[in-house]
Amino acid sequence: MDYEPVIGLEVHVQLKTASKLFCGCSTKFGALPNAQVCPVCLGYPGVLPVLNEKALTLAVMAGLAMGSTVALYSKFDRKNYFYPDLPKAYQVSQYDEPICLGGKIDIEVEGTRKEIRLTRIHLEEDAGKSMHFKGDTGVDYNRTGIPLIEIVSEPDLRSPQEAYQYLKELKTILEYLDVSDCNMEEGSLRCDANVSLRPVGEKKMGTRAEIKNLNSFHNVEKAITYEIERQKELLSRGERIVQETRLWNADESFTRSMRSKEAAHDYRYFPEPDLVPIVFSAKEIESVRVSLPELAQRRKERFMKDFALTAYDAEVLTAQKDLADFFERCLKYSKNAKAISNWMMGDLMRELKLKDLGIAQSPMSPEHIAGLIELMDQGKISGKMAKDVFLEMFGTGKSAQEIVSAKGLSQLSDSSQIEGVVKKVIQENPPSVQDYRNGKKNALSYLVGQVMKATQGRANPKMVNELLVKELEK
Amino acid sequence: MKVEMNIDDVAKLARLKLSAEEREKFSSQMSDILSYVQKLNAVDTTHVQAADHVEAVQNVTRPDEVKPSLDPDSFLKHAPLGRDQFFIVPQVIE
Repeated sequence: MDYEPVIGLEVHVQLKTASKLFCGCSTKFGALPNAQVCPVCLGYPGVLPVLNEKALTLAVMAGLAMGSTVALYSKFDRKNYFYPDLPKAYQVSQYDEPICLGGKIDIEVEGTRKEIRLTRIHLEEDAGKSMHFKGDTGVDYNRTGIPLIEIVSEPDLRSPQEAYQYLKELKTILEYLDVSDCNMEEGSLRCDANVSLRPVGEKKMGTRAEIKNLNSFHNVEKAITYEIERQKELLSRGERIVQETRLWNADESFTRSMRSKEAAHDYRYFPEPDLVPIVFSAKEIESVRVSLPELAQRRKERFMKDFALTAYDAEVLTAQKDLADFFERCLKYSKNAKAISNWMMGDLMRELKLKDLGIAQSPMSPEHIAGLIELMDQGKISGKMAKDVFLEMFGTGKSAQEIVSAKGLSQLSDSSQIEGVVKKVIQENPPSVQDYRNGKKNALSYLVGQVMKATQGRANPKMVNELLVKELEK
Repeated sequence: MKVEMNIDDVAKLARLKLSAEEREKFSSQMSDILSYVQKLNAVDTTHVQAADHVEAVQNVTRPDEVKPSLDPDSFLKHAPLGRDQFFIVPQVIE
């Protein structure tokens, strides 16, 4: 029997705030254990949590950018469960009246566009972190109370590749909005996947497994692929799928049942009495909407229209906001958009990748890239020379003009100087000259090569060609 | 009318181990409480909106500013066990 995978994702995103969701403790990553906690986030009795206004705005921005409806009324609830990383024994979250409802993310897999619907986006606080030592467990509450939004998708995804694309699109939107760092290594973007199978054509959903511990987009793809195969095998043997939480083991590439979560949870949600409801007017929501920055999709279209870039080039350049920003800064110094795009996507990205650097750490500034292109466009250096100059610029951080001047590299475009060399080459190579005159036109390229060699590659190849032909046809 | 309840479920969720005697005692007390609250069902609430908050206060927020946190020693000394700035708890098996 053929099965169809049905996948839904729950993505937790850390909002980019300086302080926690309900208290003034810092959200900075990397502090010593329990160095960023206070009576509020430690859950001391008698404390009063107060909502961080920036976290609220960022959540609304994310919702609007994803086409969600921002609720005119929403509230917080307590989700009750016992775990050492939860000092209050409840997590402040949103249950039946979340901040955002609905929405969608557009993805493209193998040339086909597809809309993935969102169920909701809600605000909640993060839990702490457990460190498993030999014999006992250490708990660090620095993460406790860090502001998160949880973005829940409908089960609209049908393959691990679609899940991967969904996450990529989601991350691009969040980065453009600057609502999150989206750094998976530091835990500011985390993903759980709900995976089930059903016979092709069947409308009813199969029993699902929830997979946790997915710490990279590639691991999400791999874990879902593994889980689909595991469930297929069970079903083909006539066995049933158990609804459970499974942990992904990235080192050994398999999922295993998480026994501690086997018992069905009863979270006994109830309204958080310490936090008052959030009420918006339509006007307030509208004012956030008009302040949203330009997003990747629209920027891509603008790049294609205004700078005549191909769809592919525009896609690559806008997939990361800082890459697109870099590109636009280059345009301040050179109008040759196509050349900027080529240098960025080719040589620059390659060198950055080799050094494991992001565009933000590029040793070459937009002004420098543009300067190199200008020298080429003015015919001062050849394309081949530019490649060498580029590498030196990348290595030293110097401008193209500095390097070209210092090395006397600039291209020979003075026809009288080139003419002298051309005449000399013709004198020294009678056989080739004879060949050319007898109709073997490819003898010309040998002669061009000789001129280039004599000028250490500095002669303008186009002029060399013209002058040689002129001299030979005399 | 007396409302019956499953005291074992509640005890399990609250991580409480009850003796047979306690089961009996709390079962009866919880039933009494529920029966008492049950009286509210007599009120017709068809046209009343559910209230999740009783005060007429909304939108209380604070600016996103970092305030000093506590010195870890000040609270770890009250913890049953602390080590290297961690709270230490019995081993958690996932």
